Amino acid sequence: MIRARGLGRAFGAKRVVHDLDLDVPHGGFLLVTGPNGSGKTTLLRLVAGLLVPTAGELHVETPRERVGFVGHEPLVYRELTALENLDLYGRLYRVPERRERIGMLLERFGLWDARNQRADSFSRGMLQRLSLCRGLLHDPDLLVLDEPFSALDEEGAALLDRELAELRPHATFLVATHDPDRLMPLATDRLAFGT
Amino acid sequence: MSRYLSDVAVLARKDLRLELRARNTVPAMLLFVVAALVVFHFALPEGSSDLAAKGLLWVAIVFTALLGLTRAFVAEREQRLIDGLLLAPCDRSAIWLAKSLSVLGFLVVAELVALPAFALFFSGIDGATVAGVALADLGICAVGTVLAAMAVAGRARELLLPLLFLPLAIPIVIGGVGASVAAEPARYLGFLALYDAVFAIISWASFEYVVTE
Repeated sequence: MIRARGLGRAFGAKRVVHDLDLDVPHGGFLLVTGPNGSGKTTLLRLVAGLLVPTAGELHVETPRERVGFVGHEPLVYRELTALENLDLYGRLYRVPERRERIGMLLERFGLWDARNQRADSFSRGMLQRLSLCRGLLHDPDLLVLDEPFSALDEEGAALLDRELAELRPHATFLVATHDPDRLMPLATDRLAFGT
Repeated sequence: MSRYLSDVAVLARKDLRLELRARNTVPAMLLFVVAALVVFHFALPEGSSDLAAKGLLWVAIVFTALLGLTRAFVAEREQRLIDGLLLAPCDRSAIWLAKSLSVLGFLVVAELVALPAFALFFSGIDGATVAGVALADLGICAVGTVLAAMAVAGRARELLLPLLFLPLAIPIVIGGVGASVAAEPARYLGFLALYDAVFAIISWASFEYVVTE
């Protein structure tokens, strides 16, 4: 599903990802770990199609519309409500039964009561929940998650644990985390940067 | 094709909704263009010709458009929201077209105030000038939106956009002023239409490369 050979990405003279070989099979769960600045986010952005490699080759079998991405930024418009943000992405992704799907996700991530509030009134944790709703909205086959537990409180983290366990048999995962122990039971492989 | 247009409509509606909520761009453009016309009114010596005044109208329009273009990708830049749009399975040129249409909408609103204000301060507006303004708007928004997306990626973005945009706006000013003051405005209007067509195609085709990192 994901295959990289000699993959590299540089920003100017700085090589962030260098000569990386990678294979993630369909249904795999790759845990990406490493210190800040080691290249985890760059790898995830490459796989999601947000960056173009500057060296080597990268083949991602999953088409763009089947990739779910949750990064450091929630990628939601602060002036729009939670419902309006998800409706925007739902329309762009052509999500079938969009309203029902949005309602179900908002309910599941504990945001239903805040659905008509603007995102700029949300706490960091609520924004992360909304970001997860956005990433899962189109029921992706490949989930690319960068620190998905960041800013979540205990309840939110437990909720995400359950969600990932439920999605695990149906999707392929690429997850960067500073807390590998939490996700180790789900992982099929681990890539450690900077060690 | 209908899918493409539907994506454009969804994205343009989002921009209009953001402007209605935040009111960041249109009030600033309105204030700027009216203030510029007032300044020009007092700056022009008594008895100056209409030709000079028409030239100043075009200066006001170009700089008002520049103000709108500077803010075009603010929301996408501040929280990297452009990533969210680039991840979506829509054609990337749909993002350009939607953004161009929303900037065009804002510019038209500013001009709906600016043209009567010009008539009040200086002289009446004829049909050729209105046609010139309409054609110029299309070119300004098509080219300006690509350049705004390009400038957003840079560090000195507020400086970069005028440096990129103003040289490319020179033909628009030539065509626009020509259409406003010439006895035979048709060839200037034709020139503006040709500029619009050529630069719209170039902008449409190049947007994907502009936003790809």
